[in-house]
Amino acid sequence: MSATDTAPRAPVSTPAPSGRRDRYRRGPMRWLVLALLIAGAAVVLFPFAIILLNAFKSPTEYSNAGPLAFPTEIYVEGMIDFWNQVNFGRKLWNSFMIAGSVAVLGVVVSLFNAYALGIGRVKGRLSIVVLFLIANMLPHEALVYPLYWMANQVGLYNTQLAVIIIFTVIQSAFGTYLLASVFGTFPQELLEAAKLDGASKWQILWRVVFPISRPTLSVLFVFFFIWTWNEFFIPLIFLISNDRQTVPVALGVLEGERLMDATTTSAAALLGVIPAVIFFLIFQRTLARGITAGAVK
Amino acid sequence: MSTLTKPPATRASGTGTPDRSSSRGYWLYLLPGGLLFAAVIILPFGMNLGLSFASWPGVGDIEWTGTENYVRLFGDETFWASFRNSVAMIIAMVVVPTAVGLLLASVLFDVIGKRFGGRTASTLRALYYLPQILPVAIAGIVMGWILRPQDGALNTLLEAVGLGDVTQNWLGDPGTALPSVMAIMVWVQIGYPVVIFMAALQRVDPELYEAAEIDGAGWFRRFRAITIPQIRPETFVVALTCTIAAMKVFGPVFVLTRGGPGDATNVPSYFAYQNFFERADVGYGAAISTILTLIIIVLSVIFIRFQAKSERKERGR
Repeated sequence: MSATDTAPRAPVSTPAPSGRRDRYRRGPMRWLVLALLIAGAAVVLFPFAIILLNAFKSPTEYSNAGPLAFPTEIYVEGMIDFWNQVNFGRKLWNSFMIAGSVAVLGVVVSLFNAYALGIGRVKGRLSIVVLFLIANMLPHEALVYPLYWMANQVGLYNTQLAVIIIFTVIQSAFGTYLLASVFGTFPQELLEAAKLDGASKWQILWRVVFPISRPTLSVLFVFFFIWTWNEFFIPLIFLISNDRQTVPVALGVLEGERLMDATTTSAAALLGVIPAVIFFLIFQRTLARGITAGAVK
Repeated sequence: MSTLTKPPATRASGTGTPDRSSSRGYWLYLLPGGLLFAAVIILPFGMNLGLSFASWPGVGDIEWTGTENYVRLFGDETFWASFRNSVAMIIAMVVVPTAVGLLLASVLFDVIGKRFGGRTASTLRALYYLPQILPVAIAGIVMGWILRPQDGALNTLLEAVGLGDVTQNWLGDPGTALPSVMAIMVWVQIGYPVVIFMAALQRVDPELYEAAEIDGAGWFRRFRAITIPQIRPETFVVALTCTIAAMKVFGPVFVLTRGGPGDATNVPSYFAYQNFFERADVGYGAAISTILTLIIIVLSVIFIRFQAKSERKERGR
C-alpha cells in the first residue's frame, strides 16, 4: 500500500556492507513476505468488507445476486427501517451514557483508592492491591446472580444505574491496581513541597497528584469507556426493557433470536461496527500508549 | 510494610510521627471505593459461594443441600463438555494467537518495518487489530452472518471457486460448530498479541540483532535465540490475560450458537447462565461459576509462579 512512498528511503538505512546473505531482508523474499502479510490482512478484513457490501443492498438484489456481488444501487431503506424499528438512536445514547458515566466514576474511584494506597501508603496496602487484582480476574458469572437478586431487592433491576454502579467497581478494580503501582514512584519532593506549603490532603490530590497523573488517567478513561461499551453479559441480564438496552445487547439479542433477514442483519452489524471504529480512530493514540503500558506492568 | 526495610535516610520516612498520623487520614479516600467494592464484589461472591451449597429456584426458601451440587456436576456430561470446549477456546484464543502473533509481530517489525518503512508496518498492524476493537457480541453477529448456511458469504464464496462440496451449515452442524467458533475467536483475538509484541520488540536492544547478524545467524535463528527470550515477559502477560478471557468467553457463544447444537459449543459461563436464568437452578449455576472461578485463580497462580521462576533462571544465568 504505502510501500511505494517509503521505497526511496531504503538505501540510506542500509549501511551494513557485510557479505552476509539475508534473503529475508534483502532479496525478493521480502516482497513475498509483504505479499503474505497483505493477504493475511485481507483475510482479516474480508468480513468487514462483506458487511459493508451488503448493508446497502436491497433484499431482492441480495436474493438474486448473492452476498459477494457489488450492489447496483445504494439501498438505504433497509438500514433506516432497522434504525427506526429498534430505535437505534436510543440504544446509542444508552451505551454512551452508561460507558461515559462508568469512565468518569471509575477514574475518580481509582484515583481515590490509588491515592490512599500508592501515596498514602496505608497499612496492608499490598494485600488490598492483590484483592483488587483478584477481583479483576473473577468471572462475572460468579457475581451476577447475587447482584441480580440485590438489584431486585432495592429496586435497581432493569435500571442503567445498576449497570453503572457495577461497572464502576469492576473497572476501578483494574484502575486501582494500575494507578497504585504508578503512584508508588510518584516524585516525593513534590508532595513534601506541597505539604510544607500547608496544603491539605484534598488539595494535594487535586492540585499536585491529579494534574501530574492526567496522562495515565486519560488512558484509564478511554479504556473504561471502551470496555464498558463492549460489555455484554451483565447488561444483557440487567437491562431487559427495550428502551434501556445498550447497542451490543440490542443487536446480540436480535441476532441470537434469528429474527432478522440477511440484509437487515448486515445493516445492523454495520451499525454496531461503526461506533467502535469511530472510537478507535479518535482514541488510537491513547489506546496504543495504554495497551503497551498495561503489558509491561 | 516496605517502609520498614527502607534506610532511614529516605525522604518518605524522614518525618517520623507526623507522617504516621497523616497516613491514617488517607483511609478516608479508600472508604467510598472500599464500600462499593464490598457491596459489588465481596458480598455477591460470598453469596454465590454460599448458594453453591444450596438448592434454590430464585424465589422462596433456600434449601441447603451441602455438596450435592458439586457431586451432581462431576457426573454431568454437559459440565465436562463445557470444560472440554474451554480447552478448545484456550487453543483458539491463547495458543494460536500467541504463536501466530509472535511470528507476525516479528516479521512486521523486522522485515516490513525495516525494509518497507514504519508506516507500512503500523498500517498492517492496525488492520490486524481491527477485529479487537469490536464489541465481542458485534464480532459474533458479523461472523455469524458470514457463516449463514444457505446464502452466507462463505458458502457462496466456496461455491464460486468450485468448492461447493465443502459448504456447510457451519454453526448448525455438531461437527463444524466448535471449529467455526474457534476460527472466529482466532480472528477476534489475533490483533492483541501482534500489538503487544511489536511494542515489546521496540524495547529489545538492536545491537543484539546486529551482533547475531554479523555472526551469520539467519532470520529464524535470530527469532528463536533473541526475539522469543527477549519478549518473554510480554508473552506471559498475553498468555495469562488471554487464558482468563478464554475461560470467561460468553458473548460469542450466546450470539452464534447458544451453546448448541446439543452441547457442541457450550462453555462454562454459558452453562452457568442457563442454570441461573433459563432453568432457575440457581444453586447449580452457582456451583459451576465457583468451579470456573477456582480454575481461573489456579491457572493464574501457576502462570505467575512459572513466570517468577523463569525470571529467576534468567537472572541466574
